Amino acid sequence: MSLVARHLEENGIPTVTFSNARDISTSAFNPRLVFSNFPLGNPAGKPHDRENQRDILQTAFRLLETASGPGEIVDTPHVWSGNKDWMDLIFSDEQPFLTEEAEAERQSLLEKNQQARKQP
Amino acid sequence: MDYVRYIDKTRDYYFKQGYEKSYKWAWNDSAPFTPLAKPLAESRVVLISTAGFTLVPDGGFSEEELREVKKGGSNVGSYDLEVFPIPSDLPEDRILYVVGNHDRAQSDMSDVNSYFPIGRLREFAAEGVLGSLASDFFRLKENYSQRKTLEVDAPEVLRRCREDKVDVALLTPV
Repeated sequence: MSLVARHLEENGIPTVTFSNARDISTSAFNPRLVFSNFPLGNPAGKPHDRENQRDILQTAFRLLETASGPGEIVDTPHVWSGNKDWMDLIFSDEQPFLTEEAEAERQSLLEKNQQARKQP
Repeated sequence: MDYVRYIDKTRDYYFKQGYEKSYKWAWNDSAPFTPLAKPLAESRVVLISTAGFTLVPDGGFSEEELREVKKGGSNVGSYDLEVFPIPSDLPEDRILYVVGNHDRAQSDMSDVNSYFPIGRLREFAAEGVLGSLASDFFRLKENYSQRKTLEVDAPEVLRRCREDKVDVALLTPV
């Protein structure tokens, strides 16, 4: 997704990317980033919370109006829930991260890649 | 600042599974930049997402189709299309989340505005905060091939945005 943002930006269209994965988004270096520390799947705000969603979008609008160069990041102040258990559980054995389908697809791609590397 | 280290976590996870080489996340030390050309209240805005949803056809899916759709990766519905347009005036209940890399334990993906804020953007356009919305928004299929994204999907999105005279793009990866 960051590749698309960068391509649009390069061709004259300003972008804002909404993210729940700060490390992945900053590694890819998005032109503008609004990060909310929520579980993956909620880049534009908490479900069924209109005010929260509006605030996060308005944060992006302000960033568009004020950013003077690439790489500006706004960390929104919102918290997902009272405790941080959801953060610790991610990718633990009790709570594998990917769906079974996505995991299967990923495994098969990894295997294909490994086989390709073994070939001369 | 506290946040989840997904890159470290996935690397550790796959190393434990016996894979020596981990996924190579995109890394850049700079980005292109285009300043806003005119006020948002005069700008045309597009929304682009990789969230794993499909569009519900007129009259809805049959039960059999719905079972297929829920499996993901089927040829029913639009889930498997690489780049597909979503009319920006489409009712929210015509968007159905199917499958993807969301946090299953925390999110049931029952509110489209959390991952594809089509309703919220219509409000801001109606209020005059945004000049207008693009005729079509877009969903891209999450792609493991960075080269394909760069050579096929990104130019296709750019072409369509130019055709529709889009000024600003908002992106919601999932």
